Amino acid sequence: MKDYLVLRVIFKLLIPFIILFAIYVLFHGDFGPGGGFQAGVIAAAAIIFYAIIFGLPDARTVVPDRLAEAMIAAGVLLYAGVGVAGLLLGGNYLDYFVLARDPVHGEERGIFWVEAGVFITVSGVMLKIFYMFASRGQDVEDA
Amino acid sequence: MMAAVAIVIAGQRNLFAVVILGGIYSFLMATVLVALDAVDVAMTEAAVGAGISTVLLLSALHLSKGVETKPLHRPFLPLLVAVATGAVLVYGTLGLPAFSDPAAPIHQHVAPRYIRDGLRETGVPNIVTAVLASYRGYDTLGETTVVFTAGIGVIALLRRLRGRKKGALR
Repeated sequence: MKDYLVLRVIFKLLIPFIILFAIYVLFHGDFGPGGGFQAGVIAAAAIIFYAIIFGLPDARTVVPDRLAEAMIAAGVLLYAGVGVAGLLLGGNYLDYFVLARDPVHGEERGIFWVEAGVFITVSGVMLKIFYMFASRGQDVEDA
Repeated sequence: MMAAVAIVIAGQRNLFAVVILGGIYSFLMATVLVALDAVDVAMTEAAVGAGISTVLLLSALHLSKGVETKPLHRPFLPLLVAVATGAVLVYGTLGLPAFSDPAAPIHQHVAPRYIRDGLRETGVPNIVTAVLASYRGYDTLGETTVVFTAGIGVIALLRRLRGRKKGALR
């Protein structure tokens, strides 16, 4: 795939926009369609495209395996941590309105962090699964 | 159009064509979901169904042969089971309220409260996000955990296989 000059140039131009769109979907999920899950999938798709065009080793230097694995756990921990933060601040588990002085503001803040947790886990899982499948193919070729 | 794609998929023996047709099916499904005003789900369907799962299936296809083998048995019993299940499901839909009927139980329970008070209580104009992350926070935490578990499961399965292969080579 590395020999296709047109694809390489186009994707180099497109990838920042795909990632920007993922972040837009994440942050704008409160107002328009979208949210953590969609944003995570789009971000993972950007990296997967990168891996397809520039090869798996290059993608692994951008997002190492370790980071993808850490992201899988970090997202769930962040989500659960928001719940624990609510507990510590005197609410029930996953009560967001205690997170800020203004209850509505607290809800917004809680929703944002929860969506961020979903984003991190989903993109980590998608990337990791892709890495596993793609690298298995390479192993077979080597053997 | 979706029915045509589904029939072609069922009849096709070339797995590469099946994967690509699956992607086309997902895009058509996303279009249907946009027509139903479910933009969030449509986005997910387009990105996961048409994008990532196509790539994953292609990389899985890379590991296997490209052509489906001939089935050993005649497919009459599975066909019968599928048709019977489909008939039961269609029979079940007869008992459901009509599509977009405002008097349906699902629109009477908690939905009016979400729509009326959602913006005031959460400050988030997108009701889908408000319900997903706030009112149904536990469910979404569970979903995230499911995704997490799926990822860990795949890692556990594929890692062990790779380790065994290395051991065999030595």
